[in-house]
Amino acid sequence: MLDQTHTALDGISVSIRDLELSFGAVKVLQDLNLDIAKGEFLVLLGASGCGKSTLLNCIAGLLEPTGGQIFIEGKNVTWAEPSERGIGMVFQSYALYPQMSVKGNLSFGLKNARVPKAEIERRVARAAELLHLQPLLDRKPAALSGGQRQRVAIGRALVRDVDVFLFDEPLSNLDAKLRAELRIELKRLHQSLDNTMIYVTHDQVEAMTLADRIAIMRGGVIQQLAQPLEIYNRPANLYVAGFIGSPPMNFIPGTIAGSEFVGAVRMPLSGYDWERGPHTSGNVVFGIRPEHVKIGDAARHCACQTTVTIEVVEPMGADTLLWTRVGDDEFRIRLDGQTTIHEGQTLPIGFDIDCASLFDAQTENRI
Amino acid sequence: MVDISQTYSASRRLDGAAGARPKRRISASRIMTYGILCVICFYYILPLWVMMMTSLKGMPEVRMGNIFAPPVEITFEPWVKAWSQACTGLNCDGLSRGFWNSVKITIPSVLISIVVASVNGYALVNWKFKGSEIFFGILLFGAFIPYQVMIYPIVIILREIGLMGDVWGLVLVHTIFGMPILTLLFRNYFASLPEELFKAARVDGAGFWGIFFQVLVPMSLPIFTVAMILQVTGIWNDFLFGVIYTKPEAYPMTVQLNNIVNSVQGVKEYNVNMAATLITGLVPLTIYLLSGKLFVRGIAAGAVKG
Repeated sequence: MLDQTHTALDGISVSIRDLELSFGAVKVLQDLNLDIAKGEFLVLLGASGCGKSTLLNCIAGLLEPTGGQIFIEGKNVTWAEPSERGIGMVFQSYALYPQMSVKGNLSFGLKNARVPKAEIERRVARAAELLHLQPLLDRKPAALSGGQRQRVAIGRALVRDVDVFLFDEPLSNLDAKLRAELRIELKRLHQSLDNTMIYVTHDQVEAMTLADRIAIMRGGVIQQLAQPLEIYNRPANLYVAGFIGSPPMNFIPGTIAGSEFVGAVRMPLSGYDWERGPHTSGNVVFGIRPEHVKIGDAARHCACQTTVTIEVVEPMGADTLLWTRVGDDEFRIRLDGQTTIHEGQTLPIGFDIDCASLFDAQTENRI
Repeated sequence: MVDISQTYSASRRLDGAAGARPKRRISASRIMTYGILCVICFYYILPLWVMMMTSLKGMPEVRMGNIFAPPVEITFEPWVKAWSQACTGLNCDGLSRGFWNSVKITIPSVLISIVVASVNGYALVNWKFKGSEIFFGILLFGAFIPYQVMIYPIVIILREIGLMGDVWGLVLVHTIFGMPILTLLFRNYFASLPEELFKAARVDGAGFWGIFFQVLVPMSLPIFTVAMILQVTGIWNDFLFGVIYTKPEAYPMTVQLNNIVNSVQGVKEYNVNMAATLITGLVPLTIYLLSGKLFVRGIAAGAVKG
């Protein structure tokens, strides 16, 4: 037992071992293993109900797991109180104490921990400076804007001098402009502190921009844990491929016949970066991102070429989306914003194998 | 929409007043509405008027029988008599004794029941334990059992613990009977507060009582007001428990009022009876008038989410 209470791994901040949580018969988390390095910014990404917030609440100690263990800074905290774990948490609804001033909110945790008064003053002042809250210290939360409230909530975690910051969709309640601003502010904050941060979101832009690594979750299971670009370039399965990227990756079902993919298009597979050695047969799904599809003259040099009729054109300013079909499947193409293509036009398109993905049709895993 | 209003204002800018003709203030439906409201107000205020007027008249004037007429000669004699001289049986010290008994019963009952029920509601929402739902179910079930069924068992219980006939026995009974509905009230209110607030306080290291007193109670003034009003009016107006579980020296005001009004010896002093009734009703009325706004807000807040 003794050697289990301390993990020997150096440089690991949070370690989750075989974590399991069920509400009655419903398994919300199963066999979850995760190691988060010191100072890492890890994003838990997934659709609602995938268990990402549940996992965060388990790490915080607000939910008791039904099985497994959680280590923070080498200490087994599976059964420790939230306040004893060295974590600070920022909530989606800010969760500021409405009857306390900003200063009261910031110092509440320190008072509970019986930190000396002078030390409280010093830490509150430092957090206020870091988050530009000095002029607001005497205000009540009701007199603050959404962005200011969320900065106070971050400050509340900051003053407690914790090892690990937990963020539960902290930007979801803010409008788009403020969200972008605070995202940058969070990134700067992470660069200036050396805390570990675990960040739950369903917004893939937040995940891609903030994360050192992203864990994509579905049904209480981590689907892929990798750096953002790795996930974008080499999604581990169909779910991840369809989840990351907006608009999502195009899929064309088909089979592998020798060294060729045969579906609504034919595609020679030489040069494909196989996950575990080349396949020569089997049902597969071919995937290509909308931004990797070429049109017009550029398409003529591609390994795979076909002709499509454009159904819908969506000009977005910076880029334009074309909606069409390849075989029976919906197919999206992303072009730069200055294009003059119109609906009903017939276009040659093409793409290359080096930015494509192949998935096993049965297991849905990347091959 | 935008286009229309722009062209409209542009063409009208130089013509002075614009826009639809203002509606007439007094329309038929308005007259109807206010008419009905006035009738209803009149209907409800009439008994109070009669009581006020009668209580300010001397007996000769009362006997003239015109109950709606204001007093010719205003006298506060009946009020004084009702408070300090009216007789019930052998005691002739008026309502004052009953008033102080009621105060002695109401204050501890209200305080104890609110304190216990608020902690109950808090624990049931935020610190769910195994069987907490069943516990709450049983508690709620208590609210639906008719009082009459429990009268005799309570007599036995109070006798056994030696509180029968004592003011504190009545306090105990009121506290217990207020528990189901007050717990429901507090539970629903606390459930309507954001759960993340509770989580944040836990992360900040506050314990069971720390979260309750420092975070939740300061946010809960409306619901405490509601509970206070419900309990004060309920306990102050109680007659049944008062008459059963106390002795004549400890009778609450309502019981004493009944005894004054229903005493059959001598002349029926309507003016004194009216004054006594008004005095008894004054306490709940004052409480309600002072905190009516909070009461409405609290009822709404507690009712929305359950």
